[in-house]
Order: sequence, then structure tokens, then C-alpha cells
Amino acid sequence: MSFTENIIRVENMTKKFGNFIANDKLTFKVKKGEIFGFLGANGAGKTTAIKILCGLSSPTSGNIVVAGFDVYKQTEQIKRNIGYMSQRFSLYEDLTVNENFRFFGGIYGLSAKEIKSKTNFFLKKLDLENSKDNILSSLPLGWKQKLAFSIAVMHEPKIVFLDEPTSGVDPITRRQFWDMIYEVANNGITVFITTHYMDEAEYCQRISIMVDGKIKALDTPKALKMKYNATSMEEVFLKIARN
Amino acid sequence: MNRISVRINGISKSYNNVKALDNINLSIKKEELFGFIGPDGAGKTSLFRILTTLLFPDKGTAKVENFDVVADYKEIRKIAGYMPGRFSLYQDLSVKENLNFFASIFKTTVQENYELIKDIYSQIEPFKNRLAGDLSGGMKQKLALSCALIHKPEVLFLDEPTTGVDAVSRKEFWEMLKRLKEKGITILVSTPYMDEASLCDRVALIQNGKIMSVETPQNIIDDFKYPLAAVQTNNMYELLYDLRRNKNVYSAFRFGESIHITERKSLINTDEIKEYLKSKGHKQIDIKIIKPNIEDCFMALMEQQ
Repeated sequence: MSFTENIIRVENMTKKFGNFIANDKLTFKVKKGEIFGFLGANGAGKTTAIKILCGLSSPTSGNIVVAGFDVYKQTEQIKRNIGYMSQRFSLYEDLTVNENFRFFGGIYGLSAKEIKSKTNFFLKKLDLENSKDNILSSLPLGWKQKLAFSIAVMHEPKIVFLDEPTSGVDPITRRQFWDMIYEVANNGITVFITTHYMDEAEYCQRISIMVDGKIKALDTPKALKMKYNATSMEEVFLKIARN
Repeated sequence: MNRISVRINGISKSYNNVKALDNINLSIKKEELFGFIGPDGAGKTSLFRILTTLLFPDKGTAKVENFDVVADYKEIRKIAGYMPGRFSLYQDLSVKENLNFFASIFKTTVQENYELIKDIYSQIEPFKNRLAGDLSGGMKQKLALSCALIHKPEVLFLDEPTTGVDAVSRKEFWEMLKRLKEKGITILVSTPYMDEASLCDRVALIQNGKIMSVETPQNIIDDFKYPLAAVQTNNMYELLYDLRRNKNVYSAFRFGESIHITERKSLINTDEIKEYLKSKGHKQIDIKIIKPNIEDCFMALMEQQ
């Protein structure tokens, strides 16, 4: 396995709902350990694509391999090798911090011993040791999001999918969240992320921008800014999405 | 003339042990486009619910167009338009039915106030027979705004209208707000997106139930006390940690393609930083003194607290 191994391979991925084409022949690759930004306007088809890549929905056509597994036939293997978190669904609000670790660790198939050591590791890292028996709903949003991210990677998945993970989070916590993203990517976990914060688009190594079910642009932030003669990713996004 | 539209005096609100609002004092002028800028959990929604008479404060008083939010709640409901953060129209009614419903509740008709909503509603009118639940996010937002405007309110409360909305639709939304303001409506809008502050006449920066600053966006930026620089090198990952290890650097945060640093001095010695980064093995070092944006200011105020 080389460092440039493609952990996600998507060729001509199409998803139709009746006559509506939500994903239109998407083609892209994501490398191991890469931070890949998956951007697009609301309704462009991002969520549909993420559901397919997570093994939750079957594409209409195309060849798609995620973490070495086929999205048509090997969805269970895919689910075991990925982590997922979003602003909407992350953890169970009425369980304690500790219980959330135990629950998700169990779901991911970790042993009791592994769960314990991972829980201790993350509680220490997040400086939450004193809050481990607190009900999740009593914690501030920023802490919850950091916890949710830790839990999404506690089974050391090959890929972690983050769907608007920082929506509504305060600016300092948002940056601490990105420190965590960089760290897991440095350890070889691939990060596949969507966001509406255009400054965060700059933190990704490569970015794709979807419009009306198609990928309209895919490159490094630097190259995109050059190509579209823009000073920021926001400008690039507006130019692509408005046309 | 600077008549006051909304006056907030010492409002506090707690949920069990959590202080959602802690002694808020604020006045908003008539026809002002006023922004409440802060993250989720800052207290924005609680304040909006109190001002729209949907929630009682524990302490303090507030008036909207001279009506008390507790005693005169019926009057306020006639003159206030409210768009809650969560989509709250009837999903099983069509676009047209929702609008007619809200018009009839306020004893008016769509025809009577069509002029006011025309600009916004005309964009979704081609889909007027579609169920509200089947609309895209952007269209739902336009319908919700039309419904909040249908009784020609004097004051409009918009709670996080752009959260989770893409950059293009956000821009369009703010253009709509500008045109509404020109029609003489006072607008209070909350948002977690710091960059939207610059589109308001004045903003309140709000965090943990407290207001950290109330000013025009320009004054907030002018009040930033410390010199600020943007740094880029070939290794942005190590750069953050190297900058944080430098004893002169007070704060270092990622900001898009560069890292912003502040020092607690009157100026930043860029040559010194450059030499330091060179010694740490960085190449293609670019460092320039910059003006802060609202997010820099917000973070500096957060750290002061």
C-alpha cells in the first residue's frame, strides 16, 4: 500500500429519483489521509452522494469503491470502516458522556477493554474527565461536537465523513475542531467534509464544488482561486454556484 | 430622528441552572437593521422569544414599539413579524395555502399587502401549488419570510434565517433584507456567521447569555486593540504550532488560507517572526500586517471574558 492509495474511487456515479437526477456521473478520487472538502449549494446533491458513499443508499449506476469495498454489495464492510458525524445527528442527548462512548464503541464492535482505553484517552485529551457522568444535553454545543468527532473516530476508521460538523459553533471552538481534524488526517484517517463556512474550505487539501447534481470544479483551493481569478474561496464558490 | 423601536432593560432568563440571558440592556432604533451575532447557545433564540411574547423573562422588562412584552403581548403580536429558526410553516399545506392562512390569521389578505412581499414571493410563485414540505431549503426560507411579512409588521424578528444555508442563498437573502429595510421595517436578525455582521447597521456580539459589544461593524473593528498579522508558509500544519510556541505571539488562529497572530505590543516585528520561522525550517514565508475582521474581534472579546 503506497501513501498515494486512493481510499475512495468514484466513477460515473449516478443517482436518480424518478426523473430527477440527484447525482449526475460524479467522478473523483480521494487519497488516504487527505482532507477532502465536498462543497455545493443546498440541494446540489451532496447528501445523496454522502449516503451512497456511507453504504446507506444504492447508486443507480457507476463504479464506486469505498475503503476497498463495493457500494453495491459490501455496504456492511463499508459501515465498519467509516465514521460519521453531522450537526443534526451526533450523539444521544439523554445518555451520559461515558455511556455514549460505551454505546458507540459497542456498535463499532470494539471490546470492553478497547472501549475503556479509548474513552479514557479522549476524555483526557478533551479535558472532560470531570464531566464523564454528565448527561450529554447539559454540555455546551462546542464540547458536544468535539465529543461527537472523537466518538466518530474511536474505532480508527479508514474514512470519517463530517456533514457540516461546525455549523453554529463559536469561532474559537470551530478552530479547535479543525485542529482535531488535522491531527486525525496526519494519522492517516481520510476526512471527507462538507461545510458552509468558506474559510474552512481553505483548510481542505482539495475541494469539489457541486452544482445541480454535477461536480463543476475539483482542485486545491490555491488552484481554484487562480483558475477563477478570485482572492477567496467564497468568491470562487459564488462564481461557480451562481452561473 | 432616532426613535427607539425595541428597548431591552435588564432582561435575564435561566433554564434550571443554565443562564441563557444575563442582564441584557439594549435599544434598537426604528428602521434599523440590527444583528445579533453569536454561536448556538449564546441566548439569541431566548431573547427573540421574549421579544415576540412567546417566553416570559425571569427579570427585566422589554418594549417593542412602546408595548410591554408581558402586559401588551396582544398588541405586539399584531405588529411583529417572526421567522423562527426552525421551519415552522404547515408542511402539508401548499405554498399559497400557507400564505393565505397567515394572512387570514392577521385579518388581512394576500392582495392587500402583495406589494411588500412581491419581491420575495414572486420567486416562489411558480410553485404556489406545491406542498411546503416539498420545497427546497432556499424556497422554504422565502416562503417563511413572506408569511412573516404578510400582515405588514413594523418590526421583523428573524432568528438565524441563514443557518445551514449555502453562501449563494445567504447573499441573496441579505439583499432581500436590505430592500425590506428601505421600506421602513425595523429588522432584528440573528446569525452565527460572523461575516454577516458587516451587512448590519449595528450589531450585538453575544456569547454565553451576555452582550460583549454593541456597535456599528466599523466601530467594532476600529476598537480592536492589538496589532494583527496574517502568516503563510509552505507548512501550514506545523506553522500553527510553531507560532503558538513563540513567546511574543499572544494568539494564533487559522483564518482561511493564513494564520492570524496577535501580540500584546503596539506593533508586530515581522522580521523577527520571519527569522524565527526560518529557524524552524519554514519556507515561502509570507507575513503581512492586516486589518481585523469581525471574527478576529469576536474571538478577542471571547478571550477577555
